[in-house]
Amino acid sequence: MYRYDEFDHQFVRERTDQFRNQTERRLSGALTEDEFRPLRLMNGLYLQLHAYMLRVAIPYGTLSGRQMRQLAYIADTWDKGYGHFTTRQNIQYNWVKLEDAPDILDALAAVEMHAIQTSGNCIRNVTTDHWAGAAADEIADPRPVGELLRQWSSLHPEFSFLPRKFKIAVTGAPHDRAAVKVHDIGLRLHKNDAGEIGWEVIVGGGLGRTPMVGVTVRDFLPQHELIGYLEAIMRVYNLYGRRDNKYKARIKILVHEIGADKFKSEVEAEYARRPHPTTEVEERELARIAAYFAPPDFEKLPRWSASFEEAKLANPAFARWARNNLGPHHVDGYAIVNISLKPEGGIPGDATGDQMRVMADLAERFGSDELRVSHAQNIVLPHVKKDDLLTVYQALEKADLAAANYGLAGDIIACPGLDYCALATARSIPVAQSISRKFADSKKQDEIGKLKINISGCINACGHHHVGHIGILGLDKKGEEFYQITLGGSSAENASIGTILGPGFAGHEVADAIETILDTYLKHREAGEEFLATYRRLGPKPFKEALYATA
Amino acid sequence: MPLLKNNVLVADTWINAEADGDFPASGDVIVPFARLLKDWGELSARPGKLGLRLSNTDRPEALGTFLPKLSVIVLPFPAFNDGRAYSIARSLREMGYRGELRATGNVLPDQLQFMLQVGFDAFEIGERFPLETWQKASRQMSLAYQRGLFRRGSEAEIWTERHTDAEPWLEQPHAG
Repeated sequence: MYRYDEFDHQFVRERTDQFRNQTERRLSGALTEDEFRPLRLMNGLYLQLHAYMLRVAIPYGTLSGRQMRQLAYIADTWDKGYGHFTTRQNIQYNWVKLEDAPDILDALAAVEMHAIQTSGNCIRNVTTDHWAGAAADEIADPRPVGELLRQWSSLHPEFSFLPRKFKIAVTGAPHDRAAVKVHDIGLRLHKNDAGEIGWEVIVGGGLGRTPMVGVTVRDFLPQHELIGYLEAIMRVYNLYGRRDNKYKARIKILVHEIGADKFKSEVEAEYARRPHPTTEVEERELARIAAYFAPPDFEKLPRWSASFEEAKLANPAFARWARNNLGPHHVDGYAIVNISLKPEGGIPGDATGDQMRVMADLAERFGSDELRVSHAQNIVLPHVKKDDLLTVYQALEKADLAAANYGLAGDIIACPGLDYCALATARSIPVAQSISRKFADSKKQDEIGKLKINISGCINACGHHHVGHIGILGLDKKGEEFYQITLGGSSAENASIGTILGPGFAGHEVADAIETILDTYLKHREAGEEFLATYRRLGPKPFKEALYATA
Repeated sequence: MPLLKNNVLVADTWINAEADGDFPASGDVIVPFARLLKDWGELSARPGKLGLRLSNTDRPEALGTFLPKLSVIVLPFPAFNDGRAYSIARSLREMGYRGELRATGNVLPDQLQFMLQVGFDAFEIGERFPLETWQKASRQMSLAYQRGLFRRGSEAEIWTERHTDAEPWLEQPHAG
């Protein structure tokens, strides 16, 4: 894992001191709220419905046990004993007091963390594959580039006042778990026939009001050109992105309005025009960073673990968890453990301080001291020996963290919605809870198989409903909450935007509607066919008929 | 309006020329881009130095041949969060412009360091904040990760510092 050196420490410390001073000026009245707002937003502090919310950056979703413990400490000391993991691999604290915010930032700085650029019209926290460094299908670990981009984008003087927020995602694997095609910039690693690596640069994807799949502007950008090329893209966006309407200000609208070819030629012209200095420093910096991400010392183990196989035979609940919640590791004898933060009827992505400490402890004892936050709001222990899986499972079970629904109907992605968020038009959490209860029967979930349900409480789409296999969007119709259902979205390498099925439903009808959709799928699916494949084969017709026939 | 340069207030002796009308017989003038194109002959024959007022939507690369003749370029911030002038300023410096680069409009202390880093060196600052606030604001951060900035606030470039035997990204293109 990356560790701060003296420069990184000093950088974050200076920034934290600066914010402490700004907060004091606000509390003393020297700054007005209007003057203070942009300053606090650039440090991750939002004013929500009931209190301030602090969003903490978890760069590329990677944490050590020590960092996770500190997040638990913050939850217990300055919040109500829990935190909320987000779809941007961050954590949010929903009950923060303004006067405590500088102390929280100090506590974060002590463990090499911060809240810089978790809001504002700047480059946000860079996200990546939550299985990075462990996945069996990976070409290379994308996190060194994630860290390079974190540093490059931190307080970038040219790009801190963009037309709108800007999100970058990076993946090093052919199976895209980082949703790179629906980001402002997505980077996807490729290897050519000569064995060299290069980056596919995808621009202009995004969700929100105008969901779009991004376009590829470079197929194979050499790694050492990455910073220079991204600066050219950012400059074209900063100069020509729309600023007259915040709903048309994301880079996807610029790409769409001037066309992909014109956008690409503007970027190439800008890239050619700029001075082309040697990239030796960037290359050395990337090599320095990459050394921190050297794989842990894996033991040489057989692929097959007798104790693991026996434990599964003896304990059906463990067997089911193992079937659903483990991912294939690239080293024999190891597995990737996915901890679902989606217990039956729970709030997706929430964890208590105690639960965070249990996960930190397991990472330290059994997982090379590493944890990941996934954009599906779960936690990952990327490197666990198969021999240790039963012990890990039992500890998770005690902490109410053993929901065996990873990637299934109960593994719902949901934004905080109207329970917390000042922008929301409807609640998300109760809908997620009702669906989760509806499919509490594990046999039914297993029968349905791989499924992504995403819920957003407003059109801004923080719950990524457009790319859910089943997407649910909460809206307000004359003071009543109602929910639109879309089918067929995907954020994977075959990305697609879901299609609205028909008229919306009241909150209490949503879970039944989802059940009808899934029963229809079960009736029509071919052997081994996942929900998305069935939908793509049949289209919306049978689902529409089933849902609206009796209405 | 007082002008902040090198952390002190200086008098602004430039005369702003409007979109049309006569130029003053002597003195240094700042003209809008359209006038530069239209009256280039007259302007280049005139005594006194020449400055240019750009809008947010003018393309910096269109200025190429004029740049060596200009002593001041004024860039506007219609709102503090309209960041286009940051890119225009850095582009102009990258193109080799060495004259004064002046920020006008909604210029605030909390953005001063960013402006210095992209190459601005003069600021129309108004009277909302005392000089001391501006002076402190110019050096809030002593470090920057990015390369190819203009370190008038004398920030250290972290990546270059880490790899000190490497070549600097580019020469500081303007003096003072």
